Amino acid sequence: MITLNSISKYYETEAGVVSALVNINLSIGESEFISIMGQSGSGKSTLMNIIGCVDRPSKGQYLIDNIDVGTLSDSNRSRLRGKLFGFVFQSYNLLPRLSAIEQVELPLLYQQIDNRKERAIQALISMGLSDRIHHTPNQLSGGEQQRVAIARSLVVNPKIILADEPTGALDTKTGLEVMRIFNELVQKQGISVIIITHESNIAEQTNRIIRISDGKIIEDTDKIVKVKA
Amino acid sequence: MTILDGLQMAIRSILANRTRSSLTILGLLIGVSSVIALIAVGQGAQEGVKARISNLGTDLLFIRPVASSSGNVRGSANSGATIFAEDAEAIRNASIPGILHVAPQLNFNAQAIAGENNQQVSIIGTDHEFLPARDLIIESGSFISEKDVKNSALSMVLGSDIASSLFLEDDPIGENVRLSFGGGRISFNFRVTGVLQEIGGESQQDNYVFIPVTTLQSRIRALRNTSGNTIINQITLRSSPGINQDSVSTLVSDFLTAHHNKQEPDFTITSQTQLLEAASKVNAVLTLLLGSVAGISLCVGAIGVMNIMLVSVTERTREIGIRRAVGATSPDIALQFLLEAVTLSVCGGLIGIIVGIAGAELVNEKEILGEVMTTVIQPWSIILAFFVAVIVGIVSGIYPAYRAALLDPIVALRNE
Ligand SMILES: Nc1ncnc2c1ncn2[C@@H]1O[C@H](COP(=O)(O)OP(=O)(O)OP(=O)(O)O)[C@@H](O)[C@H]1O
Ligand SMILES: [Mg+2]
Repeated sequence: MITLNSISKYYETEAGVVSALVNINLSIGESEFISIMGQSGSGKSTLMNIIGCVDRPSKGQYLIDNIDVGTLSDSNRSRLRGKLFGFVFQSYNLLPRLSAIEQVELPLLYQQIDNRKERAIQALISMGLSDRIHHTPNQLSGGEQQRVAIARSLVVNPKIILADEPTGALDTKTGLEVMRIFNELVQKQGISVIIITHESNIAEQTNRIIRISDGKIIEDTDKIVKVKA
Repeated sequence: MTILDGLQMAIRSILANRTRSSLTILGLLIGVSSVIALIAVGQGAQEGVKARISNLGTDLLFIRPVASSSGNVRGSANSGATIFAEDAEAIRNASIPGILHVAPQLNFNAQAIAGENNQQVSIIGTDHEFLPARDLIIESGSFISEKDVKNSALSMVLGSDIASSLFLEDDPIGENVRLSFGGGRISFNFRVTGVLQEIGGESQQDNYVFIPVTTLQSRIRALRNTSGNTIINQITLRSSPGINQDSVSTLVSDFLTAHHNKQEPDFTITSQTQLLEAASKVNAVLTLLLGSVAGISLCVGAIGVMNIMLVSVTERTREIGIRRAVGATSPDIALQFLLEAVTLSVCGGLIGIIVGIAGAELVNEKEILGEVMTTVIQPWSIILAFFVAVIVGIVSGIYPAYRAALLDPIVALRNE
């Protein structure tokens, strides 16, 4: 479904050129549950942002369903991003002051999808938040906020959910609950979920682990499996 | 995103930051309301002056002397002033078509003593035609008569205010008033023959004392020049209603120039229409000036809106990042900030209209610094102020909105 061909990302800084990603080759299909691991500063978030069309590579080609993302205009990339990807962040990234239902309605609003209320409520119910619909972020626990964020990423029926350290701010039990939700999405809805994590017990619950060091992929269990097969 | 969704979002953000939004609105409110109120004050002054001028009637023409420009001076002691009491008589006898009444006017100050009361009064030396020329009405007794003029009679007519200040409750008709001129060197006893009806308004008209101009002319030597003529201040002409004052003015001018044996007029004729025009011009400048001051405060309000929107964009960088992540395009983001600016301006504009009207109504007919203030609210100033506020909102929202739209989603998202 998505293919990265020789993707590199450089940053020009006063101290010189920083290579965040070097020559990344990667393909991801449907129904995949992937974790990206690596040390801090190794380029995990950069890779995820490029996949989610939030960031743009300095070099290389990025194809989504055989469309070259590099050729799209800013607005078209925004629409593609809204349609295909759902984002979940370590710090939840909910908008302050908006209630849970309004948070979930937001992507629908930008994509001009009808029945916003019903869809948003449905997504919140599926996250077990039926009694938190009108709560604002500061009236919700961390785990609840993260579930609102997942509901928000889900509501547009994305192909891929990108989660940057989704369990990083949660306790073990809540973290596992979030992983259970992701697993269910992969199994039942055919969505691919890509998470970044530092915890190996979290990574172990995914089907494919990509390890990054200094902007390069040093291990991709998918290939190992394929090699073994 | 539809405009309606955007508007809803804008109102939410504005409500979320109440204090700041209120202060921004206040800035615009002051601008809009001062435009409305100050233009109302300027317009009120204009109408006031117009009313004062048209109080005299619009069919009047005034002949006044001009200071001779160098070259024409004939070396006479009074070379600067060039209309005489007998000019009024001459114009009257010339029967110029379109002229109904002609009245000379010599302004003079004197001390008036009536019994215990002693006060400085303004005197108008004139003749019997002053009453119809100025459209005055006699309250009691009679005005200066033709006979009084012929006989240089020591009779006087009082304005309503001066009558009550000299005689209080008493009936002044038939009473004596002593007028002393030139610091008491010359004085005469005058008999009051009439009192005028109150004119009212803000003019000093009710404070004048009227006596025959011939009385002054024949009894006070200092008022005569070498050829026995008396220089007067002005001649009032009443033209037939509706007649073209310009053509009447030309006829009179030609006649009087010839009468003076001059090539060029050595006097000016101003019609009431011209006075009105001149006064309107002065007041238009005043209104413009007040309007400009208000316009400046409107600009300051606009800068306030822009400032707040810029701060808002910076503060909400992360929010912009999140919105971009869930699919907002740059135009969506731009629209959101633009709508916020416009909503703020429309609020400021609407409340400003209410405050402006209330302010103008509040000072209307009130005495401020001894002057009765009249304000006339101009509908166009309301529309103007409101549209300027909205345009200002759009203009001052565009740059911040553009800044917000240009934000790279990744930079916005990484912003903590
Ligand atoms: N705007 C930027 N300018 C310069 N360097 C940058 C910029 N953004 C990221 N980098 C660098 O790129 C590298 C990769 O950053 P990235 O955020 O992808 O790391 P990460 O693997 O997600 O780290 P962490 O686990 O701490 O989140 C880092 O060395 C970082 O300093
Ligand atoms: Mg990271």
